[in-house]
Amino acid sequence: MNLLVIFIGAALINNFVLSQFLGICPFVGVSKKVDSAFSMGMATTFVMVIAAMVTWLVYHFILLPFKLEILEYVAFILIIASLVQLVEMFIKKVSKPLYDALGIFLPLITTNCAILGLALNAVLKEYNFSETLVYGLGAGIGFTLALVIMAGIREELELVDIPKSFQGAAITMIIAGSLALAFMGFAGLI
Amino acid sequence: MKEKTAIQEFVKGLWDENPVLVQLLGLCPTLAVTVSAENGMAMGLAATFVLLCSSFLVSLFRKVIPGQVRIAAYIVIIATFVTIADRFLAAFTPDISKSLGPFIPLIIVNCIILGRMEAFASKNGIGRSLLDALGMGLGFTMTLLVLSSIREILGSGTWFGMDVMWGSFSPWSVMILPPGAFLTLGCMIAGANWINNRRKA
Repeated sequence: MNLLVIFIGAALINNFVLSQFLGICPFVGVSKKVDSAFSMGMATTFVMVIAAMVTWLVYHFILLPFKLEILEYVAFILIIASLVQLVEMFIKKVSKPLYDALGIFLPLITTNCAILGLALNAVLKEYNFSETLVYGLGAGIGFTLALVIMAGIREELELVDIPKSFQGAAITMIIAGSLALAFMGFAGLI
Repeated sequence: MKEKTAIQEFVKGLWDENPVLVQLLGLCPTLAVTVSAENGMAMGLAATFVLLCSSFLVSLFRKVIPGQVRIAAYIVIIATFVTIADRFLAAFTPDISKSLGPFIPLIIVNCIILGRMEAFASKNGIGRSLLDALGMGLGFTMTLLVLSSIREILGSGTWFGMDVMWGSFSPWSVMILPPGAFLTLGCMIAGANWINNRRKA
């Protein structure tokens, strides 16, 4: 039950993009087409789950016992960067089509603040291992959901006559605002 | 691009290449922390500090850091200064540090900083890099200050904690909630576009 609450909380109520403002850059950058938005979301979810597990293990079995909490940020960002590299090589070996489909998005995941935010949040909330895992999964699904909804709206937007000053990023922000308003409706869910 | 004078390196970050409004970098902290003017200011100054220090180091070592591992090297340098800024804020302004929460450590992945390292500090001398970093940092801080002032005044009726609105004003609480951040920033970007389009015309 507790795990379900964490999952829904991370995916809908405290949606990483629309209520915690994590991962806004890919949200604005890669939300032009539904296809690429979905691939990006899936790749991010994948890295999120693995990163959540590895950072948890490193924090609890290396940093805490040796009283190295001050190195938390440096350690986490290095783990994430090398993990993304590893995942990239792994996918390239195992499934070439998937690798080609993800393309440039994969390395860019390193600088997605949602991943580092997830790792730091999980430590802050003192989740245990399985909770961290579910938290990562929920956050990833929530990220994908927001990205795909946004891409769907932006595809329609191409047919619309937008005032000159609002074209591009400005209208994206306004739409994100309305989406965030809609997602606030999930607040009463649990 | 033409060679810029030192003054121009500094000034460009304030408006022409403003990191938030024109380059659309560093949007996550911009949206998240601007609930009150105080938080916006603290975040802006912390990011400026990290930007200045890392620019200095990266520029100093630009000929020593090998090309293949440069990004990793930049990230470690940035993460070190972020840790310093984080401990400093936690020690001297615990309230602000608490309300900024994970967004201080997230300065590490703020694309403004990594972007400036890659695009500027790794190619230019120390003096120019520092001027560039200062300009970008101040541009970021100013944008944050304006955005957070709008949100705090409309959303809570205060500015830096002082009452500024008339007595019967009822705060628009949506402004301090997530949707308000997106809407206000959207309007600010549109405003910047409008001004730039008019200047060009």
